[in-house]
Amino acid sequence: MVLLSKPIMDSLTAILFSPLPIDVMLGVIVLWIALGVLGLFAPLSLRFVGHVLFPLGAVGGLILAGAGLIGMAARPETAVLVLGLPGLPFHLRLDALSAFFLVLLGAVSAGISIYSAGYFRKDEGTSPGMHGLLYHFFLAAMALVMLADDAYLFMVAWETMALSSYFLVTSNHKVPEIRRAGFLYLLIAHLGAIGILLSFGVMQGGHGDYTFATMRTSHLSEFWASATFLLALFGFGAKAGILPLHVWLPEAHPAAPSPVSALMSGVMLKTAIYGLLRVTFDLLQTQLLWWGVLALLLGLLTALFGVMFAAVQTDMKRLLAYSSIENIGIILVGIGLTLIFHVYALGALAALALAATLYHCLNHAFFKSLLFLVTGTVLHSTRERSLGKLGGLIRSMPWVAWLALIGTLAMAGLPPLNGFVSEWLLLQAFLATPSLPSSYLSMLVPVEAAAVVLAIALAGYVMVKFYGVIFLGQPREARLATAHDANWLERIGLGWLALGCIALGLAPVFVLLQLDQVTRLLTGHTVGATAAQSGWLFVVATTPEHASYSPLLFLLGILALLLLTFVLVRKLYHGRMRRGPAWDCGYPQQTARMQDTAEGFGQPIKQIFEPFFRIERQMPSPFDAHPHYQGKAEDKLWYALYLPIARLVERISLKMSTLQHGRIHIYLLYSLVTLLFLLLFTR
Amino acid sequence: MISSIFSQLFQTLLIVVLAPLLLGWVNQCRAWLQNKRGAGVLQPYRVLHKLFHKDAVLADNASSLFRTAPYIQFACMVLVASIVPMVATDLPFAAAADVIALVGLFALARLFAALAAMDIGTAFGSMGARREMLVASLAEPALLMILFTPALIAHSTSLTTIVEALAHREFVLYPSLAFAAVAFAMVALAENARIPVDNPATHLELTMIHEAMILEYSARHLALIEWASAIKLSNYSAIGIALFLPWGIASAGDWNAVPLALAVLFVKLLLGGAGLALLETLSAKLRIFRAPEFLGTAFLLAVLGMLMLEL
Amino acid sequence: MATFTGQLINFLAALLLLIAFAMLSQRRILSLIHLFAWQGFILALSTTVVAYSTHQPHLYYSAFLTLVLKAFLLPWILHRLIIRLNIKWDVETMINVPTTMLVGIALVIFAFNLAAPISQLADTITRSTLGIAMASVLLSFLMMITRHKAVAQVVGFLAMENGLFFAATSATYGMPMVVELGIALDVLVGTFIFGIFFFQIRETFDSLDIKNLEKLKED
Repeated sequence: MVLLSKPIMDSLTAILFSPLPIDVMLGVIVLWIALGVLGLFAPLSLRFVGHVLFPLGAVGGLILAGAGLIGMAARPETAVLVLGLPGLPFHLRLDALSAFFLVLLGAVSAGISIYSAGYFRKDEGTSPGMHGLLYHFFLAAMALVMLADDAYLFMVAWETMALSSYFLVTSNHKVPEIRRAGFLYLLIAHLGAIGILLSFGVMQGGHGDYTFATMRTSHLSEFWASATFLLALFGFGAKAGILPLHVWLPEAHPAAPSPVSALMSGVMLKTAIYGLLRVTFDLLQTQLLWWGVLALLLGLLTALFGVMFAAVQTDMKRLLAYSSIENIGIILVGIGLTLIFHVYALGALAALALAATLYHCLNHAFFKSLLFLVTGTVLHSTRERSLGKLGGLIRSMPWVAWLALIGTLAMAGLPPLNGFVSEWLLLQAFLATPSLPSSYLSMLVPVEAAAVVLAIALAGYVMVKFYGVIFLGQPREARLATAHDANWLERIGLGWLALGCIALGLAPVFVLLQLDQVTRLLTGHTVGATAAQSGWLFVVATTPEHASYSPLLFLLGILALLLLTFVLVRKLYHGRMRRGPAWDCGYPQQTARMQDTAEGFGQPIKQIFEPFFRIERQMPSPFDAHPHYQGKAEDKLWYALYLPIARLVERISLKMSTLQHGRIHIYLLYSLVTLLFLLLFTR
Repeated sequence: MISSIFSQLFQTLLIVVLAPLLLGWVNQCRAWLQNKRGAGVLQPYRVLHKLFHKDAVLADNASSLFRTAPYIQFACMVLVASIVPMVATDLPFAAAADVIALVGLFALARLFAALAAMDIGTAFGSMGARREMLVASLAEPALLMILFTPALIAHSTSLTTIVEALAHREFVLYPSLAFAAVAFAMVALAENARIPVDNPATHLELTMIHEAMILEYSARHLALIEWASAIKLSNYSAIGIALFLPWGIASAGDWNAVPLALAVLFVKLLLGGAGLALLETLSAKLRIFRAPEFLGTAFLLAVLGMLMLEL
Repeated sequence: MATFTGQLINFLAALLLLIAFAMLSQRRILSLIHLFAWQGFILALSTTVVAYSTHQPHLYYSAFLTLVLKAFLLPWILHRLIIRLNIKWDVETMINVPTTMLVGIALVIFAFNLAAPISQLADTITRSTLGIAMASVLLSFLMMITRHKAVAQVVGFLAMENGLFFAATSATYGMPMVVELGIALDVLVGTFIFGIFFFQIRETFDSLDIKNLEKLKED
């Protein structure tokens, strides 16, 4: 005790007895790293890793979320870690924006961790201990990304996040497709990282100081600010899956184990949104109108593209991956709208659009993780990922089916669940656009709103397909009838996320009040007071006369009417019921194969939006003894953009390979020439 | 407060009770136009009465979702009825749900209908669900865009405020409302399974949409669904009247105007129902893949209506 | 009252645009001609309203002329023509209808924005209709581009003339009577010439599909 000097003692006691949120968060990060490392001591013990470490990780997530909630309301806190390189310490900062995303990370990962505790089985690629290590490093890295206050720590955490998730994606590395998907993911992640690095490079503006504090004070010209924005959009867009950098998403998400897919789709995509918001609104001091228009258009294309492709998928996890692309598109539309309002100094509207965006991030994190976890349970109990072979699971897996229904309704954007609230807020922001001064813009915006609404409506189509084909109807394979339900740890995880969907849907006013600090930080205005002006029961967009919505009353109305109808029907008439075979217009023969398959269900979309797909069809001829039909809808962009680039790279590297002789003198000559060249030019 | 609750209950019950009558009237008009005698305007009530008395037969593998869905559909439609002003704009519940939530309610009911149709796992059920969702996923955005046009005029997405603004303001002709009205008529036909898109009277395997979804329902479940679709028709009529022909609707608290408003409403509904029957008789059912084109046109007209506001 | 007539003209303008869109989405030639007749009727109506509200008697004449020519005579001629040529039914469009409509919306946005500065300069009561008039001209143009059959193109051409006429009445309260009579005569003669052409085309190619005209190109 005597050895420690007084200031250190003081700070230690302060941390121990009245910790600041940022200290708690660092504690959680250390806990996660420790849990990961601990798993290595008994890497094969499912019981230790699954039933001890992962639940502890979930507790860590809850603590992080709690600390984040406190941090959102508190003033920004900073800390300096003397890790890092000599003279280049890690800077940390917790402000409302990072606190919000940390809440998202903590709350969602708590559900995923507890689910994972019951999820892992023996003989699935990587050992449980290794898995635990990567998983918890992934979590810690995401938390650090959001806490970083200099480009150096940011990039270190970002790369750790990318690498740990890469290893998680390829955990079943014996399958060639999974290795291929992992490679694609890593490649695009690194392209994105280069973009981010360059944007930081531009922002530091030649000071050589890479802390965010310096970047905030440096004033860039419009050109360089635009360059930064574009680089950041590219870099973070690659991580978020914005068109045309989305190709890794539908490959990597299905390849990864389901909890990892849930974490990637629910949380990791949001780190990219966090980064984009941080750079655009916090680090850059000027914003330009065309950035907003660009984001709006890109978001729109991404949303429509995602939902159309989701509708034609036959693999349930790919379907969800494409729907993630759609949701990222909607979020980007929100960012674009925020930018436009912000540039026109319509602060209150910018805050509204931003609140809608953030709300949608939160919602998407909850319902998409829930649905990905559902696919995990389905996958485990049926060994089947193809929608064409599932069906009827509501009878053998009622728990999963009913919890999945909540996620489905939320994702279809239906009241009174959470997906609807954020879409409601976004549409309200759209309706405010006639107040924009530019006539071109205010005319484009209705068209954009229409397209967003179309994407949302098509999401309903996708969700009916997802739920109906997996859980309803007759089982398409005989063994599905014996599928077992989720175990209790999985149920807790799913239940937590479903509860989140319901709570976020029913209490929008509270959420919006919490978001106030974030919107104030980024746009200088708040929405909470506006939203709460008719009391906590009604959420209000601008004024109560303009629009209000009360999810709780809405739910109560439906429930009351349900009950009333039920009781009245029973009282006035009767409840007699018989069971019999299905009628089906009297057709005598009915097999499970006569139901719509996933392909059949997606066919109308394929037909209507045919120009958007690259369709390969194999039609049977009339005289085929064994008629065979195959229709594949593929991504046009892959053929129009990626393959040409790949071919170009191949051609260039072929040219370069002529430099390879295998003779050591020539290589030495190359070195000498390079040296002379450099000496000449850096005289 | 008491009077507005009374007004709320009165209007909701009015729609719920009279909805089959409107349906009967439309069917009767159609019969007359086709030179038939028709079953009388009260026929839907008789059908409902008969269905409620029968014993329900459920398919062997029907899950509880299948049994709950009719109740949910019915509840959603009644809830819609409680936020659409018909006689007076005095609807306290309307504050809980604006036009976006209204579209959400329609979507909620439809989603459950489609899921229930897929539950048994018959060929027709899933086909109906797919077609219904196809039509809906194009009709729903169109409906929302249509509703946005008056919402922008009235600076509000609350239906009662919109109607209040349109009905009791100085008379103004809005060109964009003309577009919205045409688009609305198209969407209403599609959403209520009427002729150019679907045929409510058919059980031909390859042409039915809505009927294919409810093939497996019987007795009280079927009755609830039929009643819910009658209420849906009334709701759509009420929305159309409220947005495009709002004159005569009583203001909040103005009880003296209610009898007149009721009379005006009946006249409008009589004419509207006859118009619907005429429209159905005059047009032929579209091929299923022409339906997206039909709805796409409605959607674009609605967008155009919004654009006209900028002029 | 001036505001009411202004609104009425705006409303009629919107109907014109609506009809232009309906034409764009219409596959049947017969319905196309009906729509064209309605367009002429509304044009005559709006001209009458302009005449009434601005007290310009010569506009009454041109409204009457429009009514006779565009709502009755030309549709009748076209009607006779398609019965003689026996092409009452569906025509396939070059691009599918929703895409055409989307392009149409883009054109409308373009036209509205183009007209915005001009109509701010104008002081006529009907200035905001200039954008609509321009949009209907562009839409008719689009219709001509996307149709295969020559008859549809002629309807498109006539609809374009309707748009121009509407622009003239709305922006400048109509052109001098002589010019209008001249145009009316031109249109009438043009339709006759087109009619003769149709028969010639059909005799030469056994079809009215204008892609046959590609064969006339010298190699």
